[in-house]
Amino acid sequence: MIVPFNHVLLLSALLFLLGMFCTLTRRNLVMILLGVEIMLNAASMAFIGAGLRWQQMEGQAVVIFILAVAATEVSVGLALIISVYRRTHAIDPDAQAWPAEEGSP
Amino acid sequence: MNLYTLLFYALAALILTATTLAITRRNLVYAVLYLVLSFFGTAMLFYLLGAPFLAALEIIIYAGAIMVLFLFIIMMLHMEKPSGGFLFWHQFIPALVISAMFLTAFGVLAGTDQAGWKPLVVSRALPKAFGQYLFNTHWLSIEIASMLLLAALIGALVLGRRIKGDPEHAPEEGTR
Repeated sequence: MIVPFNHVLLLSALLFLLGMFCTLTRRNLVMILLGVEIMLNAASMAFIGAGLRWQQMEGQAVVIFILAVAATEVSVGLALIISVYRRTHAIDPDAQAWPAEEGSP
Repeated sequence: MNLYTLLFYALAALILTATTLAITRRNLVYAVLYLVLSFFGTAMLFYLLGAPFLAALEIIIYAGAIMVLFLFIIMMLHMEKPSGGFLFWHQFIPALVISAMFLTAFGVLAGTDQAGWKPLVVSRALPKAFGQYLFNTHWLSIEIASMLLLAALIGALVLGRRIKGDPEHAPEEGTR
């Protein structure tokens, strides 16, 4: 007997909201990526709780794919941030003169 | 109220506190370190919820690889302090509206589902059984995920390449 399943869901919902606040309100491209990581982590927590609730390994199998997607997202996202930083020397999403507007190659 | 219940609430408090501290830090290095703490708590929670293999993966991949990647990038970019605040205050209203809607929907769904209030039974998926299950039923998805990782590798290489013949984007004093 651990806790009701709804408590696990509530914890993962709160964690998801924290990640969403980080993504929406921080003025920093790196923090936006960190917020997406937090949200993916919250989703995998809900999946593992559901796997225990229905006594199936399906929930844990999905978490493996969430991990793969998180690793993919973070590597491509950080490469994009480096590429943007090299062109504009800023990581503020509001102050970006994005490459297309600048007329660079 | 047994040991598992106490452990769950202690870990939940740890995770939420560490994540709140992480997303409010001005210094990115501290934010990443607090997030590592949060991921360690999450790994222990996964262990409690019967996924020891995923708990190990959480530490190795999330707290190990991904967060160290973030630290590398933060230290490589040596960014200067941004002018003005570190938050978009005008984004708070949509964020609050979305979270209010989300929590309302959650409350309605959790309130109507009576079965969700039954306590979870302790059980564990051993790594061997989990691996056999994964490769017996999801082998195609595993292959697709590996193709996705390969595509990400190539994409990151292409994006990180320096542009040649452009004086403005010439290499700066020997960063990588």
